[in-house]
This record gives sequence, C-alpha cells and structure tokens, in this order.
Amino acid sequence: MKEFAGSSGLVLNEPLLFDRGKRGRCGMSLPRRDVDHFPVDEELEGRGPDFPDLAETEVVRHYTRLSTWNFGVDTGMYPLGSCTMKYNPKTNEKQAALAGFAGAHPLLPEELSQGALKMMFELERFLAEITGMDAVSLQPAAGAQGELAGMLVFHAYHGSKGRRRSKIIVPDTAHGTNPASAALCGFSPVKVGSNDRGVLSVEAVAAAMDEDTAGIMVTNPNTLGFFEENIRGIVDIVHAKGGLVYADGANMNAVLGMVSMGDIGIDVLHLNLHKTFSTPHGGGGPGAGPLCVRKHLEPFLPTPRIVEEGGSYRLASDFPLSIGKLHAFHGNVGIMIRAYSYILSLGPELKRVSQLAVLNANYLKEKLKTILHLAYDRPCMHECVFSDKLQAPLKISTLDMVKRLIDYGFHPPTIYFPLVVPGAIMIEPTETECKEELDLFVEAFREIVKEAGENPELLHNAPWRPKVRRLDETSAARNPRLTCAGVINGERKS
Amino acid sequence: MTYLPHTEEDISEMLQVIGASSLDELFSGVPEDCRMAGGLKLPGPVTEWELNDMMAALAKTMAVAPEYKVFLGAGSYHHYIPATISYLLGRSEFSTSYTPYQPEISQGTLQAVFEYQTFVSLLLGMDVANASLYDGASALAEGLLMAARVNGLKKVALSSLIHPSYRQVVRTYLQPAGFEIIELPHTPEGRTELAGLKSLEGLGAVAVQSPNFVGCMEDLAAAADLAHSTGALLVASFTEPLAFGLYRSPGSLGADICCGEGQSFGIAQSYGGPGLGMFACLKRYVRSMPGRLVGRTEDRDGKPGFVLTLATREQHIRREKATSNICTNSGLCAVTAAMYMASLGGSGLRELARLNYDKSEYLKNELRKAGFGIPFSAPTFNEFVVELPAGSQAVYHRLLDRKMVAGLPLCSFYPGMDDRYLLCVTETRTKMDMDELVSRLKADYPVA
Repeated sequence: MKEFAGSSGLVLNEPLLFDRGKRGRCGMSLPRRDVDHFPVDEELEGRGPDFPDLAETEVVRHYTRLSTWNFGVDTGMYPLGSCTMKYNPKTNEKQAALAGFAGAHPLLPEELSQGALKMMFELERFLAEITGMDAVSLQPAAGAQGELAGMLVFHAYHGSKGRRRSKIIVPDTAHGTNPASAALCGFSPVKVGSNDRGVLSVEAVAAAMDEDTAGIMVTNPNTLGFFEENIRGIVDIVHAKGGLVYADGANMNAVLGMVSMGDIGIDVLHLNLHKTFSTPHGGGGPGAGPLCVRKHLEPFLPTPRIVEEGGSYRLASDFPLSIGKLHAFHGNVGIMIRAYSYILSLGPELKRVSQLAVLNANYLKEKLKTILHLAYDRPCMHECVFSDKLQAPLKISTLDMVKRLIDYGFHPPTIYFPLVVPGAIMIEPTETECKEELDLFVEAFREIVKEAGENPELLHNAPWRPKVRRLDETSAARNPRLTCAGVINGERKS
Repeated sequence: MTYLPHTEEDISEMLQVIGASSLDELFSGVPEDCRMAGGLKLPGPVTEWELNDMMAALAKTMAVAPEYKVFLGAGSYHHYIPATISYLLGRSEFSTSYTPYQPEISQGTLQAVFEYQTFVSLLLGMDVANASLYDGASALAEGLLMAARVNGLKKVALSSLIHPSYRQVVRTYLQPAGFEIIELPHTPEGRTELAGLKSLEGLGAVAVQSPNFVGCMEDLAAAADLAHSTGALLVASFTEPLAFGLYRSPGSLGADICCGEGQSFGIAQSYGGPGLGMFACLKRYVRSMPGRLVGRTEDRDGKPGFVLTLATREQHIRREKATSNICTNSGLCAVTAAMYMASLGGSGLRELARLNYDKSEYLKNELRKAGFGIPFSAPTFNEFVVELPAGSQAVYHRLLDRKMVAGLPLCSFYPGMDDRYLLCVTETRTKMDMDELVSRLKADYPVA
C-alpha cells in the first residue's frame, strides 16, 4: 500500500479568546501620546466594548493553533469542483504587500496614484484579450457581485430600449448564485434542463425563449465539465428574440487561450480572479469578479471607469447609461494586483494552464471510472462528475466516501452538485497537481471503495483523524449559537 | 513555469491513459467554430526577477507614508498594523482554504470567524453578526434590502451625510428592485435633519451613518425613536468602527441593523479594497439576514466544534428566494479584524480610540486658533471639516507638491462646499505632522 499524507499527530486544543485573557494585558504597541486630552461629549461617550485583554503571545499562539486545524491548498490537494483551487503563487502576495499598493489611500489625487491606475487599466486589457470581450470593469468584489452587475447590465440595456422583461433562462446546471443574482433585478428564473449529453440543446432554449425573457445565463464550460457545444445556436436564438447572453466565467480555467467568449457571441461575462487567476480564497474571500462586456454594452458598465490619455490615467464617471457604483471605491485592488502578477508571470502560456487542467481532469476521469460510477462517459474539460451509484447498494453514500477521503489527507471534492447527478462527486484537480499526486488520489479512492465493501462502518463514521468528527448541523440550525456564551444584547455577562 | 509541474514524459504517459494523441485533442468537445483564432496577445511570461522590478516601478509612483503625509479618511483609514497581524496572516492554512464547507478540516477558520462574530456584536452592541460582506457600501445596501424583507416596505430614507459612494451603491442595488429612496438633508451643525421623517408614510427603513461623512456623531437615539414611531427600522451605517471604542455603540442607541466598513481593524488600505463589510442585527431578524453565519455545535463524540449554519437563507439552497446572492465574502479580512481586536483588547481599543480623538481635536483646535473655519459644531471622532478662505484649490495643490495631502476636497460631493476639506487624523499622524500642516496653511494665508 502506498503511503498517504493523512496521519495522526498531536493536535492542540485552544479555548475561545473570550475564555482567555486578563484585564490590563495588551497585545499591541500603541504610539506615544504627543497631545493632551480633550473633553469628550458626555452624552455620546460610551464605555467601549468588553473585549478580553490578551498578551501578544496569547494572540499569536491562539491563531497559530487554530491554523493547524485548517486544510488549505498549501496543505494538500483540494479538488473542489467548479472552485478551481489551484496553487496560489507566493510572489503575488509579495507584490500586493508592496507599501506603494498596500498603503495607498483610494481617494488620492489621480496624479499621485498612477501606478495603481495603470495596473488596473492594463489588467482590464489583459482580461479583455483573454476573454475576447471588448471592455472590462474590475469593480465587482466577487463572482456573485459580478453576476449581479451582469444582470444589472441586462436590466439597464432593456430599459434603454424602453422595454421591461420579467424572465431569465437559467439552466439546471447553473451555480446557485445565478438565480439569486437575477432575482435582485426582478427577473424570475425559468429553468431549462440539459440533454442526455449533459449540455443545453438549441431546441430547449428555443422553447423557453420569448420576448418577455431578458436573456440566458450559461455557465460555460458547465458544471458537468462539458463545453456547451450548441452555444452558437443558442446565442442566435436568444439574440433573435432581442435577448442577451450572459456567461458565468467560473469555469474559465478550462478554456484560456482556447475559446474567445466574445467571438462566440457572449454579450456579458464575469470572471473569478480567485479561481482562474490564482488569487487565494482566504477561507471564504475576498475575491474579485470582473465584468466583461462586448462593445454594445460598454456604456452600461459600472463607474468610475479608468481612462488612458497620452500615457496617463484617470477615473471617469460621466457615463449616463452606467448601472452605477457597486463598491465603495474601485473594487478589490489587492486581489487585482495578484491576478495581474499571475498573468504577467504566465503570459501567452496561460493556454498551457488550461491544457494541463483539462489533461489532469481527463486523466483522473479515466483512472477513477473503473472504481466509481461516471455520470457521463465522454471527454470532459476541467472537471468530471462521478456519483455513488455503485456504492449505494452497500448503503455507502457520497458523503461517507468523501469524509473518508479526509483521513487519507485529501480535501473532499464538491458533492451533491450539480443537482442533475444524484449523489454527485464533482472533481476539479486543476493544473497545479502533479501526476504522482493524482495517482495517490486515485489510490485513496480505490482503498475507500474497498473499505466500503469490507468495513462500511469505517466510512459511515469517517473522518476519524481530524480534530473533530462529523458535526451536528441539525441542532446548530435549530438552536443557533452565533456568539460566545454569555454575550447577550451585545454585552458580556459573566 | 514553476506553477506547472508536468514534464513532457508525464504528459505523454497521461495522454496514453486517456487515449488522446495530443493536448489539443483533449479539446475535441469544443466545436471548431468556437475555437480562438491565434494565440493570446499578452506580454510575458516574465521571470520573478522581472516581475519584482515591474511591480516596484508601479508601486513607487503611489503617494504613501512615510514620504507623504496623508490626512485622508472618508471611508479608508491609515491605522498602524502590528507585525503580529501580517505574520499570522502568513499562515497559509487560513489564506489558501475555501469557504469552510467541510467543517472537520476547517475548524481554524470556523472558530476564528465565530470569534469575529462575537467581537463585532460586542463592538456594535448587537445580538448577532454575520461572517462578513464585501465592504461597507454593499453592507448598507444589503441592510436596506433586509429591512424591506422584514417589514415588506420598499421605501427608504437615506441621510445625505452617508458616504456619497455608499449612497450610490445603495441606488445601484435598490433601484432595479423598485425601491423609493428619499434623501434627508442635513443641519448646519453637521447632522442629519430628522424632522421630516414624521411626515413620511410607509417608510421601511431609515439609514444614518455615525460618525457621518463629515465626521460628526449623529443623534442615533433620536433617529431610532423617530424611525420606530413611523414603523421603520433604523439601519446604522459606519465607516470608522474605531469610534465605538470611545462613543456609545449604535446597538445601545436603538439600531435594528448595523452595517459598515471594518478596514480600520488591521486591514491594509490597498487603494480601497478588499475591505470588510461588517453586518449585525437584532436576534429576532436573524433569519432574514444576508451572508454566512458560523454556529457552535458538537461532534459525534460530544466535542465542541463549529459549522456554517442557517444555510437555508442562502443562495445555494434557496436560489432565487435567498436572503442575498452573496457567496464569497471577505473571510480573511474578517479573521484579520478579529486578530486586530484580540491584539488591542478592550483596554487597548479604548486607549487607541481616545488617542485618535485627542489628536484630531488637537488639529481642529490649532486650525481654529489659526483663524480657519470649523463649520460643523457637532462632536467628531477622528475626522472633521475645515473651511479655508476662497482660492483654496491652489493652496491644496501647493501642499501636494510638498508631499502633504490636506484632506479630501468636498467640492465634488456637496454643493456650496467649494473651500471645505475633510481632514482625518489617526494615531499614525504625529503632532509634528499636524503642526507642519497648520504652519504651511498659515504661510499660504498670511491674513487668516
């Protein structure tokens, strides 16, 4: 048997910060006071929040211990489907931390912030080149805000033509954020199913598309890992009825340098810099969700826009058709710096990123399909979807198998999504995993499937090795405890 | 390329397993008429060495401390970030993980965010706080959408002293959904004029920012009473949470929903983002709340642990009926803020808040003594407005040449504020910086 990364070791407990500390400690050096005290308005003055007072050592040890209970891309393979958990290059962190960027105030006069503006302007051009779209706004702070921006563009575009449309087509393979973003603009989603090849058919879209429908939201490649091969026909149908085509670019990692979204007729597209362009996910954020559009929709982009004139850059807000502002300032610039560094580091080799991402996914698909049930047996793009169909007779579920994967030292894939595959196991290895790691992942699944037959309890009760075992989510939701014990009405009672 | 581990040998072995003859053949699922013509026209690839030089050249053009003395606030604040924070954030188990969907191997993030929620609810004097939203502006928009979910009324009143960008973001979010937005004027002393609220019918929410955009503390208690008497919720916004180390919290003054920007707490300014949308509310509204929540529970052995909870509010379960479309938030910034609040502690937070206040009062006093106008009389925290004599634009630019950014010109934000500047003084500004600013202004206005 191969040696897997999963192992046991000394795991340290660590109490809540609110159960530590002593009044009078401080974990941070404050500057010397060089001014006098001034009187404070008595009616407005409060006592300040009752935070615990902690020493610097306590704080450092607390968070260091907590960090050891976490699994990140730097810890091991993280094959979450549609999340593109690729390696996050360290040089990008260094660039974002440069004092000139990290310390810059967003309202500095333009002549004193040319470097950041130039970086943003060029990043917009790079993303336009990569997607084949004409204009880009970097303002959306995450993918879902990029989607919202896209739906606002739909809304504003139809409004500018003097019409209101009430529906939007959303395929069953779409991300959950799609319908929620559309609903914010007053569009009610109309669900369209994928065909037996796992893609949308022109006929299904034609049947749903009418002149009260604002357009369609397509994730391409979709969440089954397939390129929407009928996209040109779908685009024609939607455009013929006056609608627009929105593409969710969450899965762009499959088609860099391979597909020009602009050329195939996509009108609006959002990207996730924290997926395709290697910026870290941060345990839930921050990300960035730039919005890319073709020429006819450029007037609707969020403001301010970055404008270049004779080698200098400025922010311009005079765009009367714009959907407006989405962020207090210019978006998540710290994330943009990382993505900009990544694109420069790879240049035209970005195409190779997609080739290797697709190679890794197809390799895993071939190796795993003898062990797990493959939902659609055909070549995939950047991810592939299996299910627990073969293990179901043994009363072993997807959840049981992936929880056991943790004991072997791997982060579980995305599970129970997309909904069109019951018991889905959605695997996206990304291009940054090497062949040996993929082989080990396959071996781990082979062991797990063997255990499913020989010792199902091992799986039902997995994982065994992390600091905690399966957690009671039902009681957490039924009786929510969302702050530390003893905190009532925003105050600590002892 | 160092991020791509494949050797030519690996590639040919893997292609053989797949049964494809080339990497290009793997893309047979992409129809010919969808293929990109030609290669990507991008610069690079550059080496790490070249990248360092390119980025350093860009960064060098930016006006930052210590070379520049920047008296700018207005929603982004220059506070000292202790070495511990950057060091702890280097623990890549926090930064390179995903949203904690697998709680067994995400307890670090989950406990850190649970503690963040507790810090925020104590800071704001509210029952519950969520795991973060994007920034203060979208948090305000989400707060108003939430108020409408609670009471079903799509009419909101916004103080005109809420950060102008926040008001713009609110319009972007609310207008397509058919909201009616009313702006409340302000009083000569620098506070929101609340008198008009009484006559407004069918009002769902009143939004007030404190400290407000011109730095003044609002009378939140009065705003809460008036809002509640018309059946509306009070949504309290803020851009500078450090103020609640000195002043009473919005929750203790009657706010129902409290939302704002948390960048001040250990997060680099980074030309405006990423920031941290702090969001808290009363317990009875928790099921209408947007965003993720971490809750405490037990594992199969009865050991305490944490999970994401109340997910039935969220987009991936409720889809178009979700309380928000938010998915990725500002998780790492929330953890950063928690580290910062833990480092300061209650005593440190109070002392630091007091220092910000006293320094800012010092500058206000010196300017007043030098004969410059302080147009708003309401109490402030670490920002205030100064009124310079006519022709101030030229003076402002001369100061820029001397590497001093004398606040934010308010002329483009409010009519009639041509010579008014919003100045911010945090603990990072020394008495010497402030004395220099005053003496340079005096030199430019010998008659003042």
